[in-house]
Amino acid sequence: MPKYDSWKDMPIAGVIDKPATAREYNTGTWRIMRPIINKDACINCMQCWLYCPDMAINGRVKEDGKTEMLGFDYNYCKGCGTCAEICPVNAIEMKPETEFLK
Amino acid sequence: MPTRLAVTGAAAVAHAMRQINPDVVAAYPITPQTPIVEYFAGFVADGIVDTVMVPVESEHSAMSAVVGSAAAGARTMTATAANGLALMFEVVYIAASMRLPIVMPIVNRALSGPINIHGDHSDAYSVRDAGWIQLFCENSQEAYDMTIIATKLAEREEVLTPAMVNLDGFITSHGVEGVDLLDDEVVRDFVGIWEPKYPLLDVDNPITHGPLDLFDYYFEHHRQQQEGLKNAYKALPEVFAEYEKISGRKYDFLDLYRMEDAEYVMIVMNSAASTAKYVVDELREQGIKAGLVKPWVFTPFPKKELLEALEGRKAIMVLDRAMSFGKEAPLYSLIKSALYEAKDRPMIGSYVYGLGGRDVTPTMLKVPFEDALKGDLDPNEERYLGLKE
Ligand code: SF4
Ligand code: SF4
Repeated sequence: MPKYDSWKDMPIAGVIDKPATAREYNTGTWRIMRPIINKDACINCMQCWLYCPDMAINGRVKEDGKTEMLGFDYNYCKGCGTCAEICPVNAIEMKPETEFLK
Repeated sequence: MPTRLAVTGAAAVAHAMRQINPDVVAAYPITPQTPIVEYFAGFVADGIVDTVMVPVESEHSAMSAVVGSAAAGARTMTATAANGLALMFEVVYIAASMRLPIVMPIVNRALSGPINIHGDHSDAYSVRDAGWIQLFCENSQEAYDMTIIATKLAEREEVLTPAMVNLDGFITSHGVEGVDLLDDEVVRDFVGIWEPKYPLLDVDNPITHGPLDLFDYYFEHHRQQQEGLKNAYKALPEVFAEYEKISGRKYDFLDLYRMEDAEYVMIVMNSAASTAKYVVDELREQGIKAGLVKPWVFTPFPKKELLEALEGRKAIMVLDRAMSFGKEAPLYSLIKSALYEAKDRPMIGSYVYGLGGRDVTPTMLKVPFEDALKGDLDPNEERYLGLKE
């Protein structure tokens, strides 16, 4: 649901009056652990992409037909650590968010 | 041409439903509501209405089905009583918070236990905070009229709140009386075509009903529900006036009977008001300034109207057909609270009567008046009419 400041402005009953608003919902704000990729170790197998419950891993198919792991979409990554667990070469490390506080 | 039928209250309500011709009715039979949906199912089977009738396996399913149907955008009704309402309870709250203008006649019956299938108001009071409009009816005519009124009121855009129409189990639902029906077209024009604000079936404008609503907006949505009921309070006089135009029958928040100069006032809801009116007439013949207030509207609670009607009277006797265990009786506590702001506060007393269908006689209803005439009312004492002491 979009942001509303007053009960007077929002649609009644919690009705969500347009489709696909989940895109506006940044589940990344929930995260307390942040996945960090070590590109040197990564073998681009895309297991992390397959298992990530939030589609928070970016990847692409290169011209030669091979897949490439590009990194994380931190707007949606909620820090569950599934990617780090599934990675066959331990290329993903989960670090506390506090390390990234300015 | 308007028709006069000799029918039970249940049949009168079913005729109102027939004339409203809702898109969907989902219901489960429960005594003493059963004949309402039986009569209505007959109209469906005979092709007299084009309603989709959904026979469900329980009241929880009935209320769930009507929530789904109303959210889809269909004009939707159901009916229940007592333990059926209790089984619906969870979804009754959801219907109100989803702002679905479902209309539901309730044939008031004891909630048990011990098991009892007869009339009292414990069922209606059990959902008094669920967020539904609650109208109360003295007889079959009122039950017929209020079913039509409730449909019009619930669907107003600024209201969008479901409504219950309460009538007494067996006394009203199964007793035969003369009922004046309006013409079918008159009712159809009065309720008009339902144009839902957020119909799920509008596939060009996809929307979501009933999402998760945590601490970020839940509070605000409840504040909106409160506004819906406040708007219902404002809209009621208009809807009553419109209904008077088509029927000649006048309704208000309160039915004030011989109240102009009344000093001793009884307050009672639904069918017992008829007996109370008879007692008031008898007392008037003896020169006693008796009067009666019968709330037609319980939610939104007509506090201001009650204060105006009761301020300055000598004595008020509030009759409840239910108990609120460990607390003051439900109607009594609200009336007492309404009187807090009275400059000239009357004596007040609480009487519980007629539980589980216990007969209500004129002799019984004279007791509160006699107490009041003796000056013997105690605001902190709950008294019982017809109890085996
Ligand atoms: S931590 Fe969880 S949500 Fe974030 S990228 Fe890894 S699997 Fe996806
Ligand atoms: S699972 Fe590990 S190795 Fe495979 S793409 Fe993801 S990070 Fe790279």
